Amino acid sequence: MEIVRSQRKTSDSSAAAQTLSLYRSAPDIEVRLDDFELFAIDRLRVLKGISDGLSRGKKPEEMEKLVSELWRTNMRLQEQSETMEKDVISHFVLRLVYCRTEDQRKWFLSMETALFRYRFRFESPDSQRMLMGEFNLPYKALTHAEFENVKDKLIQVARSIGQPVVNADAIFFKVPFEEVAELVSNRRVFLFKGYAYVAMNQVVSLVATQFRSLLSKALVLTNRKWTSTIREQEKDRLTPIVEALSTSYLGPDYSQAKEFGEVSLKDIDQLANSSFPLCMRHLFEKLREEHHLKHGGRMQLGLFLKGVGLKLEDALAFWRAEFSQKVGSERFDKEYAYSMRHNYGKEGKRTDYTPYSCQKIVSSTPGVGDHHGCPYRHFSEENLRAALGKMGVGGRTMDDVMDKVRNRHYQLACTLTFEAIHASSCDAGINHPNQYFSDSQKVLKTKNHSTS
Amino acid sequence: MKTLRKFKLKSNNAEMPIIGDGKHPGCDPSYFGRRDSVTELEHAIREKCPFKIDIGPVYSIDPAKIHAYAQGGDNVFTPMERELIFDIDMSDYDDVRYCCSGADVCLDCWPLMTVAIKVMDTALRDDFGFDHILWVYSGRRGVHCWVCDRRARRLTNEQRAAVADYFRVYNVGSENNAKKVSLTGPVLHPFLARSYMEVLEVFFDKKFLCGQQLLSTQEKYEKILPIIPDESAAAELHDRWQGNRRSSIPKGDPNIVRWEQLKNMLQSGKHKRQGLRRCIEEIVFSYTYPRLDMEVSKHMNHLLKAPFCVHPKTGRVCVPIDPDRCEDFDPTAVPALSEVSSLKTVET
Repeated sequence: MEIVRSQRKTSDSSAAAQTLSLYRSAPDIEVRLDDFELFAIDRLRVLKGISDGLSRGKKPEEMEKLVSELWRTNMRLQEQSETMEKDVISHFVLRLVYCRTEDQRKWFLSMETALFRYRFRFESPDSQRMLMGEFNLPYKALTHAEFENVKDKLIQVARSIGQPVVNADAIFFKVPFEEVAELVSNRRVFLFKGYAYVAMNQVVSLVATQFRSLLSKALVLTNRKWTSTIREQEKDRLTPIVEALSTSYLGPDYSQAKEFGEVSLKDIDQLANSSFPLCMRHLFEKLREEHHLKHGGRMQLGLFLKGVGLKLEDALAFWRAEFSQKVGSERFDKEYAYSMRHNYGKEGKRTDYTPYSCQKIVSSTPGVGDHHGCPYRHFSEENLRAALGKMGVGGRTMDDVMDKVRNRHYQLACTLTFEAIHASSCDAGINHPNQYFSDSQKVLKTKNHSTS
Repeated sequence: MKTLRKFKLKSNNAEMPIIGDGKHPGCDPSYFGRRDSVTELEHAIREKCPFKIDIGPVYSIDPAKIHAYAQGGDNVFTPMERELIFDIDMSDYDDVRYCCSGADVCLDCWPLMTVAIKVMDTALRDDFGFDHILWVYSGRRGVHCWVCDRRARRLTNEQRAAVADYFRVYNVGSENNAKKVSLTGPVLHPFLARSYMEVLEVFFDKKFLCGQQLLSTQEKYEKILPIIPDESAAAELHDRWQGNRRSSIPKGDPNIVRWEQLKNMLQSGKHKRQGLRRCIEEIVFSYTYPRLDMEVSKHMNHLLKAPFCVHPKTGRVCVPIDPDRCEDFDPTAVPALSEVSSLKTVET
């Protein structure tokens, strides 16, 4: 890329070390297996933090602060060269982890692009230009004559979005509008005959689009490589790590109910009514109604109940009571009890399974006859309204919830529901159905306390 | 590479097996039509005798084999090309027209479509640089636009959404908001400013204001006054207009008189704040700016009725509209099937 009106040569600024990698090729360095996993988990914390911030509707300035904070706590090492190495290694590990399904790729792509975007803003102007050069963006800055021709319009656009007035040394690039879709969509650029006139301070959009499209292509290739060779070659070494990472949830582990101890079977209906989030309430009601749930539903509800504190014997009694009405208790013992015990780590490889997080539930893909998944995402608007109405949500809150849903902030919609029902705020937001449950219990206990 | 276009033929021939696509009962999703095989398409149309043909995107594989490919796991069945399309429907303007509602249109409200064509056509050509643009009467209550430039056909869904959003001025959730349009910033974006100065303002002042009698009755002006952010200004106008009924009515059309009063009030020294002057533009945009069905434009795989179809309910032919002479277009004069078929001599 050539910048016509800049006197400075890029070589002058090479001293200003640029720390932002474009991840063009995998690093040719040896990595200890421990670091392989630890680095990946650290980066995942950053991406997860960004994802939470976005789903909570944080403003760009707040996001900027959040990202720099996340990066400092999770990624920064003593030496800058170490940090850069960690950056590159962790990125490529997570590529492997998140390349394998469409949903994973989508999530990873948006989070990495968001991360890149904020990190790009932190770079010095010189290093920003170097990065643009590295992308081989073939656009030239406007010449003086071109600039004069459209100057009035550029000033008009700048004023319309509250930017400082354009002066004569401002650098603008003329690019096909397709390359800066985001700037086109909120009318932040002047368009003429198919070209968008992008100001220097908007270049991040252009670069982020490039970054995204390169990474998107790379993920598809990585997936192909993974299925064709890596998975098999590394089946004793990397594959287990990669597979574990893709399902790991980074918040607190809700597999053991610690805070409230055990829950007994006789209280379960009352608890479902007072403290289950909509996704679990729905599964619970469907189970009571149809005396059956398909696999996805059994897993989602079963593990949640385990997290709530239902002991294995009680869980078996609970499921048997329902299923026997439909398939008979004999068939239940033969076909279903095993998987219940399996969930509690009493069968098979004896892993104590973790209850599903919101992230996992939201990204699940329930099919016909399935009742699992996140109602805010998977219900039609009509059904969701009806379900929320039954929970006692109405009026303004209903509109607010639906608004969040329309903007795909499902966890935020759930948080609003929680706040409305409990008449209490939930600052941390809802990230896990079991967190919803325990927060709800906390609120109810303090209320009982104060009234009694 | 061989490319195939998706067509959907809708037929009410009872003898034909109706497979249905799940969403639209009674549809026969016969996907066919190779680009290089016009005869095949012609043959299928003759055979099925559809009353409606929808056109979808171009695929890299035969759309008829979608299920076979879907089983392969990898989603190779993705559209490669599709015209950029826009759908504007008069029923979306029900809150600003008093002559008709729903599916009905008349010569009093149709000019809203003319305005939409002018605003959109100019922007598609001058801002986005497209040339091959076809405007078509949708057969009943709206217009369709097909942008067929190569660049337009190759836009991704994300880019389509960006183009559609470029045209959007309506607030999210505007159903529960008296203020349907929010124009922010000290000046308008050049596209909006041009649309306002060249099309919307003149249309509103000279035609729509009186055509729909927008300020003639209390019920009507009470829909406009809440758009004014300054309550005292709105209340003052309200009082003055209510008083009008009792005392002498000023000379001239009450709509024009009151619109002038409103503008003077908001531009007067007392109310010279930016927001108040801006709200004149907001009123005009609320009443006249094109209302697009965004979802149609955002996704490549959205189907749209083919030009020259006959609308199943009205019997009118979906004829093209010349954007340069769109004022002359009269939807009530569009030939209907009954008239066209009496001309039929060539066939058989």
